[in-house]
Amino acid sequence: MTLMEIHEPGETPLPHAGEGSLAVGIDLGTTNSVVAIAREGKPAALHDETGKAMVPSIVAYPSSGGVLIGDEARLLLTHEPKNVVASVKRLMGRGAADLHAVAGVLPYEIEPGSGETDMVKLRIAGKARSPVEISAEILKALRKRAEEALDKPVERAVITVPAYFDDAARTATRDAARVAGLEVLRLVNEPTAAALAYGLDKGSEGLYAVYDLGGGTFDFSLLRLEKGVFQVLATGGDTALGGDDFDRTIAERMLAERKNDGLDDQVDEAVVKAALALARHMKEQLSDRDQTSGRFELGGVPSFHALTRAEFEAMIASYIKRTVDIARHVLGDAGMTAAEVQGVVLVGGSTRVPLVRAEVAKMLGKPPLTDIDPDEVVALGAALQAEALTGGGDTLLLDVTPLSLGLETMGGIVEKVVPRNTPIPVLLAQDFTTYQDGQTAMAIQVVQGEREMVADCRSLARFELLGIPPMTAGAARIRVSFAVDADGLLTVSAEERTTGVQQRIEVKPSYGLSHDDMADMLYDSLENAEADMTARLLTEAKVEARRNLLALDAALAKDGALLNAGERAELDRGRARLEAAIADQDRDEINAAAEALETLSKPFAERRMDRGIREALSGKSVNELESRVGE
Amino acid sequence: MDHFARLGLPAALDLEPASLDRAYFALQRQWHPDRFVAKPAAERAKASAEAAALNDAYRTLKDPLSRAVYFAELKGVELPGDGKTIDDPELLMEAMDAREELHDAASPEAIDALAAKARTDMNASLEGLGGLFLAGDKPAIRKALLRLRYLDKFAEEARARRMNIERSNA
Repeated sequence: MTLMEIHEPGETPLPHAGEGSLAVGIDLGTTNSVVAIAREGKPAALHDETGKAMVPSIVAYPSSGGVLIGDEARLLLTHEPKNVVASVKRLMGRGAADLHAVAGVLPYEIEPGSGETDMVKLRIAGKARSPVEISAEILKALRKRAEEALDKPVERAVITVPAYFDDAARTATRDAARVAGLEVLRLVNEPTAAALAYGLDKGSEGLYAVYDLGGGTFDFSLLRLEKGVFQVLATGGDTALGGDDFDRTIAERMLAERKNDGLDDQVDEAVVKAALALARHMKEQLSDRDQTSGRFELGGVPSFHALTRAEFEAMIASYIKRTVDIARHVLGDAGMTAAEVQGVVLVGGSTRVPLVRAEVAKMLGKPPLTDIDPDEVVALGAALQAEALTGGGDTLLLDVTPLSLGLETMGGIVEKVVPRNTPIPVLLAQDFTTYQDGQTAMAIQVVQGEREMVADCRSLARFELLGIPPMTAGAARIRVSFAVDADGLLTVSAEERTTGVQQRIEVKPSYGLSHDDMADMLYDSLENAEADMTARLLTEAKVEARRNLLALDAALAKDGALLNAGERAELDRGRARLEAAIADQDRDEINAAAEALETLSKPFAERRMDRGIREALSGKSVNELESRVGE
Repeated sequence: MDHFARLGLPAALDLEPASLDRAYFALQRQWHPDRFVAKPAAERAKASAEAAALNDAYRTLKDPLSRAVYFAELKGVELPGDGKTIDDPELLMEAMDAREELHDAASPEAIDALAAKARTDMNASLEGLGGLFLAGDKPAIRKALLRLRYLDKFAEEARARRMNIERSNA
């Protein structure tokens, strides 16, 4: 630890770099949050007076005034449910466009932001509050807990986010910290933080996997550990897969059993909530025993529901298989096999389910590491990173981009500029060109996702590069640069290289992916790769054919007189055939018609060339020509 | 500065993965933005640019195919942009036949066999590259790299198709 800092003359120390202020690690979770601190490489979660490290991520605005957090907020659920907010993390960075996805899932009144791209707000206790300010309340409570436990001001933090959090959600998380009076030293991906906790503790080396199954999200990451370097090789996941799905299948079964017994229940939101709570309890019991039962009472009519572990496992097998598929995919991305993985770290409460542990062990051929509490491991890793960043450690964290970033090109095709699993920070550029003669503007749409067509990816931002000097099609050189910083935040800029017309845009998308979009983005990419490729080839053929038609039209307009009426008619027929093929979306016919048209137009092209040469030679003397030939 | 120089390595087609990692880790230790959290903005920006350049160099040189393409470009071999139409009729025939075989392959094992063959072909071709560079035979280098690029793409397609089949069988 540095006891004294020396500064260059004229250089002022940062206001927060003082000795008295500590940096903590925070796992800001969907269901629970944890704050931890590391000193000399030893991380510890900070507990409340009853010894609990987890703070339920619940915020309440009681009608009597003030704000309650955690267990106290939960107590208000029974009396003032409308004034209590849980799972606000799911709304971070979400906009009006995502409303349909979350409405009905969350029992709040949601109102869209003022513009299409603004984050939604929740109407609670008569006031519209943004997810950022609600999250900030949780962060303030964690900060207070840390200051009380450490008896020192806490002004800096490393905060973890799911590896799959997009730009908007990352930005919103940073903003929430700022509202809570915390400077974010770094946003770290949750699986990476978990590996950090294990790696430093055990001094491990080699290839490690992190399997993170929480309440609503799944992440799988592969890391290489070597002499204090944590290198993320590949990551993947699903933002709509987790223990909540397990609860739902149990709850559905219970309600179906009641129906089979002839009970005519009115199933509303409150009933579903109660059934889910019981389901969750039964699920947790099945982690330690082979069978359980629950008593469910509705409208004064009780029912009893028995569930064996074997039945439960059959019900959730498909969800677990999906996580295994994703994990295999990530291994493939890294070019690794399961046998090369030395250890697998389990993160998230849902990894307590025995079938999850068994399937993970089966896939990787070794029992998972479980010696650190899966609920605390992420915060512990964040605390270690906070210490490293404030000068206390020698570890190095090399993370990657979880999803590919690219641009829309002609015909809605995605041109990937930054492939997924590229190490960050990164700055990559690609050159594009104009499609039409005299084109002076170019629309640039930035997308995130793995699919070949823009419509299947998520649009992050759209802007227009204006003032391109008129040139022939294909002459302009437009360079689009993508920069992703160490927090995973993206900046895009575009520049016309022949003249230096420059435009920069900071991509700060303020509305996020819909639930369904996020669930399937990466997973779909492989499933649809074949169909995507076919679509891409067709689009490319169409774009190329249209380009040729444009060129032919321009030539005909200029030199049409070189053709006699019969030749012209033949060329027009060939032209019509190609247009029909484009309209029919038939790639083979497009290629055949394009080839036929090229053959047909060859004499025309030759005549144009001859004429061009004649024009160039006209008016020159024989001597001049001869001297040129002799050169 | 070229990617080899940036990592302090001799420009060569063959590169020991461990020495590439060592050089990269050592320089990232020096330049990664995490080392500059408490530094003035100008220093942070410089570190971020350095780290990004290192990542670009590492990414390019780590994969044997992208390293070979990059090395060839340094040596003045011109390649068409990625994803452009194949202009070698021989390769075109090979690609069409292979695509048909992949399309007809109905079992994961059949697909694995095709992918394994593509990988074997890639390794053989990569091994032969060194000799071509020694001889300075640019047309042959170009031809080999285009085929390698195609084989790489084919292996990726085979992987996608295998995943599809496994999912539809499940």
